[in-house]
Amino acid sequence: MGSVHLLYFAWLREQLGRSEERLDLPPEVDRVDRLLRWLRQRDPALDSLAGSGRAIRVAVNQRFARDGDPVRAGDEVALFPPVTGG
Amino acid sequence: MIRVSVQAEPFDAAAEIAALSGVGAAVGGLGCFIGLVRADDRPGEPPLAALVLEHYPGMSESMLREVAEQACARFPLLGCTVIHRFGRLPLGEPIVLVLAASRHRQAALDATGFLIDWLKTGAPFWKREERTDGSSRWVEARPADDHAAARWKD
Repeated sequence: MGSVHLLYFAWLREQLGRSEERLDLPPEVDRVDRLLRWLRQRDPALDSLAGSGRAIRVAVNQRFARDGDPVRAGDEVALFPPVTGG
Repeated sequence: MIRVSVQAEPFDAAAEIAALSGVGAAVGGLGCFIGLVRADDRPGEPPLAALVLEHYPGMSESMLREVAEQACARFPLLGCTVIHRFGRLPLGEPIVLVLAASRHRQAALDATGFLIDWLKTGAPFWKREERTDGSSRWVEARPADDHAAARWKD
């Protein structure tokens, strides 16, 4: 399986200290919820942020995504807090 | 006519109104909403100096376009304009412009409300408050905004 392009925004970006990264996914990481679980396992900082009770939203290829939505090699996956524009 | 823009620079509301009014002689009314950085003082905290807006380049434009297309599908519009700014916006600066043009006022006013309610919950922008002492913190999403958007659900 190839890599996904991960993007981070707002306090998530600040707290992690990076705005993007490319990661090679194991084959079993094929959905949004599995990706989040896998990311939390490999990154204690992300794990503690996700476990702090603050909501994290996900977009896949620039569309809002839910837990069961597929993630594939070549996808752009963004993690961010609930939006506060307008 | 749909026009959307995500930009750092200020917008010219009068020019945008003139452009949208000019889409056709059938335009009988135009709804307008402008969101501004307001003084949001809290007891015991230094005054607000500015909002810093971050966005998701690419997705922010496409979501504004999608929300504008939804407004055109839902209301009998002749056109609409949605402009959202990003970057550091000091107190009093305009943040967002929403215009909706229709033959009659009701559709223009309703579509304007629909657009601003939806872009608050559906467009990837984030606000950080900057206080006069240099401290800053990210604005939390408000349940009231979700409720405002939800009232447009059928």
